[in-house]
Amino acid sequence: MITLTNVLLLAALLFCISVAGIFLNRKNILILLMCIELMLLSVNMNFIAFSHFLGDIHGQIFVFFILTVAAAEAAIGLAILIVMFRNRDTINVESLDSMKG
Amino acid sequence: MIELIVFYIFGALLLGAATMVVVMRNPVHAALFLVLAFFCSAAIWLLLQAEFLAIALVLVYVGAVMVLFLFVVMMLDINMVTIREGFARYLPFGLFVAILMFLVMGLVVSSDYFLSDAFSTFSHVREGYSNTQHLGQTLYTEYLYQFEIAGAILLVAIVAAISLSMSKAKVTKAPNPGDQVTVKKQDRLRIVKMDAEGKE
Repeated sequence: MITLTNVLLLAALLFCISVAGIFLNRKNILILLMCIELMLLSVNMNFIAFSHFLGDIHGQIFVFFILTVAAAEAAIGLAILIVMFRNRDTINVESLDSMKG
Repeated sequence: MIELIVFYIFGALLLGAATMVVVMRNPVHAALFLVLAFFCSAAIWLLLQAEFLAIALVLVYVGAVMVLFLFVVMMLDINMVTIREGFARYLPFGLFVAILMFLVMGLVVSSDYFLSDAFSTFSHVREGYSNTQHLGQTLYTEYLYQFEIAGAILLVAIVAAISLSMSKAKVTKAPNPGDQVTVKKQDRLRIVKMDAEGKE
């Protein structure tokens, strides 16, 4: 039988992998966006696990709204990425320093 | 027992795919591994009896968001050499932070509290229970206003994405009908007076 601890540990591992990914790929905005998607996935997995093991549907409603906001975030993030690439010909985060004093 | 085996298989696949997303050199491969990660977590959500959200994850994420990612990755011509600089330099620090974070979270979630009877009401699911129907009834009654706000958020996201990525520069050669109808004869036609040329 799956226990709640199994799922919570899996989600925690997934979250830590994506945090490590944000540290490792600090320059590439695309991979950063993908790591944020993975983080949201692990959060969603926690919600679904608690919803299942508490027998409460409201956790799944939360996942529904998180999916909505994550889709909007991905769309706007990629649009910003395209505008940035059009203006600078690179997606390197470190080249975003034109406002540095 | 078989549920646990399936859970471990898909969990291992999910973690492997997530690791490949992080370490992959090519962003197209990273996006494809992210698709695999979404599929594996949809399988785990099915095991946890969240059928509607598992299907929604596959349809919305794999079908729409990841295709958008792949479009953008393939559209941009990225110089990967400069992008990958500093990967080895940040590797020890990143691993340290990840392991520390996992130790802290693992200490919390592996406590006996989460194994107590309070978290075992899942067996009360009746025969003929429909997850989709229950979710829909809750969403359209208790969470109706939040649902409408979610729709508004999606609309704002559409407007923002289109207005951001729409090119301001005039790249097409389409004629402007307003300019065409206001044009005068003097703008287009030039009459040159000149003497007749004699025979050579």
